[in-house]
Amino acid sequence: MNKNGSIIHMADIRKVYDTGKVKVEALKGIDLEIHAGEMVAIVGPSGSGKSTLMNLVGCLDTPTSGEYELAGDNVAGVTRDQLAEIRNRRVGFVFQNFNLLPHISAVENVEMPMLFGGISPRERRKRASELLDRVGLGERLDHKPTELSGGQMQRVAIARALSMNPDIVLADEPTGNLDSTSGSDIMSLFTDLWQQGRTLVIITHDLALAKRASRIVEIHDGRVTSDRAA
Amino acid sequence: MKRDFHVIFSLFAASSRLQKKRAYLTIAAIAWGTVAILLLLAFGEGLKRQLDRNRRSTGENLAVMWPGETTKPYRGMPPGRSIRPRIDDLDQLRGRMPELKAVLGEIVSWRTALTYGRKTVNGRVIGVNWEYGDARKHFPQPGGRFLSPEDQAQMRRVIFLGDEMAKNLFGPENPVGKTLLLNNSPYLVIGVMQHKTQMGVYGGPDANHATIPITTFRAQFGRERLNNLVIETNEPEEMKGELRKLNEIWGAKFRYDPTDERALGTWDMVKSAKTTRNILIGIQLFLGIVGALTLLIGGVGVANIMYAVVKERTREIGVKMALGAKRRWIIVPFVLEGVLYTLIGGTMGIVIATLLVTATSFIPIEGNKVLSFLGRPTLSPQIGVITSLILGAIGLLAGYFPARRAASIDPAATLRYE
Repeated sequence: MNKNGSIIHMADIRKVYDTGKVKVEALKGIDLEIHAGEMVAIVGPSGSGKSTLMNLVGCLDTPTSGEYELAGDNVAGVTRDQLAEIRNRRVGFVFQNFNLLPHISAVENVEMPMLFGGISPRERRKRASELLDRVGLGERLDHKPTELSGGQMQRVAIARALSMNPDIVLADEPTGNLDSTSGSDIMSLFTDLWQQGRTLVIITHDLALAKRASRIVEIHDGRVTSDRAA
Repeated sequence: MKRDFHVIFSLFAASSRLQKKRAYLTIAAIAWGTVAILLLLAFGEGLKRQLDRNRRSTGENLAVMWPGETTKPYRGMPPGRSIRPRIDDLDQLRGRMPELKAVLGEIVSWRTALTYGRKTVNGRVIGVNWEYGDARKHFPQPGGRFLSPEDQAQMRRVIFLGDEMAKNLFGPENPVGKTLLLNNSPYLVIGVMQHKTQMGVYGGPDANHATIPITTFRAQFGRERLNNLVIETNEPEEMKGELRKLNEIWGAKFRYDPTDERALGTWDMVKSAKTTRNILIGIQLFLGIVGALTLLIGGVGVANIMYAVVKERTREIGVKMALGAKRRWIIVPFVLEGVLYTLIGGTMGIVIATLLVTATSFIPIEGNKVLSFLGRPTLSPQIGVITSLILGAIGLLAGYFPARRAASIDPAATLRYE
């Protein structure tokens, strides 16, 4: 954790995609400070740069320029493997399309980050079962993703995101592929996690969902246009 | 390190469970390639061994020389003089070169009438020393013998027949102990040569000639000029030096320049054996390359499948990377998968090829004109080592390149959209 208690510290972050012929500036100088225990919704129309921002926050990509500290560690200039390790320990991902590995069971999916994190097999199985129990899937440990509903898959994904006890949970349109009932269940789950003290960043274009966050950051055309408490 | 091993093993175990069905054809391609390379190399090895055996059947560490004409002036004498060594020159040469294993003379009578009963054939009769039998591998069939020192000393009228000639003259009868007429003089047949497949031939195959003591030949035909001189060394590497020494001795005696290669025409079988060996190495190399290319096609098949797997699982790989998988944890399971396919296919190929080669060993080689020249496919340890190395390399490469593509996947690009 950083000295002023912020998990994410971004200063003048720029990201330029160079497609060879055209240079596209997706982010044009983002300043963003997210503190521990916050639940932040990042909203904006498609093409606004919020996906790019999510990639940068989640260390899936590195900024073209600017300063980014994640939980006190400077992310600039690290190798791909170091970036992988940061993702593994500090970030829990929840995706719109769940991104579970289709050939292995729910519990094995939840174990996957712990396998990369060097946790022993017994401990992995114990933690994964507990987490699935907590998201209400204690009965479905050995089901394959294809045998689960969308809402259930997203809950497996949330259990997976929590498995390495990350500093931040990063959710990208987590309800985008769900019906409204499952979607609101998932949002409740996120609210519960926030109340338990987790730091969450949720990217969405659904303002109703964004209202459940503690803070809403709006992005337009690669710039933060509004940053307010919900 | 231990963690690497654990992660890689876990991922590999999970992925190889899925690939069984897809792997069958690839494994078959590798097995086929392995069979091809092994059979080609085994064929080359068999050919090499058979040719070596056939070459030895003329004799080992031999050189054959035939007197010719000088082509260089020597001590004021013009070129174009004939060199004419005689039977008695053999003893003198033997005295000057005691280190040689054998010094042999041949006097040839072409188209000599040989008669047995009512049958006459015209054939080659050669007068030779008694040591000729061992040096030139004229081994007698059971019940007979080759010329002896006594035969030579007492100028006996005895004759040793090549097996073809014996068959032509005697048919199914056993010639040993029978008397035939050579230019109307009676000769006792003392032996018939064992059949051999002969590579090095001068004058004609040994099977088609008859040999008599050189002393008897002189009495019978009234000739004593040598047609051929044959020397045998103990070791192959001595041959070059011995030939030089012989030319120096005879150059002084018959007055020719020892460097004149035409005065005494020479067939150095040691040297030509080396050439033959080099050609055979070339043939084996060629066969090996053909086999390796066949195997390579199998390897391309493996690589192809692995590429397809990488493409198909791009999102899966992206997810693993997002969850914190390092590059090597992505790469190594793919490489292992490629190696595994190659290993299984290779093992199957080795088993099949071994069975096939073993099966050919039941085909009788005697009396089979093709096999007696080509020999029998033979698998040697070297062939096993070479094939395993090629298989290993192909497996690694076939896994490595697709794996590298897998590791270059950008997780950010793969995760978002369906």
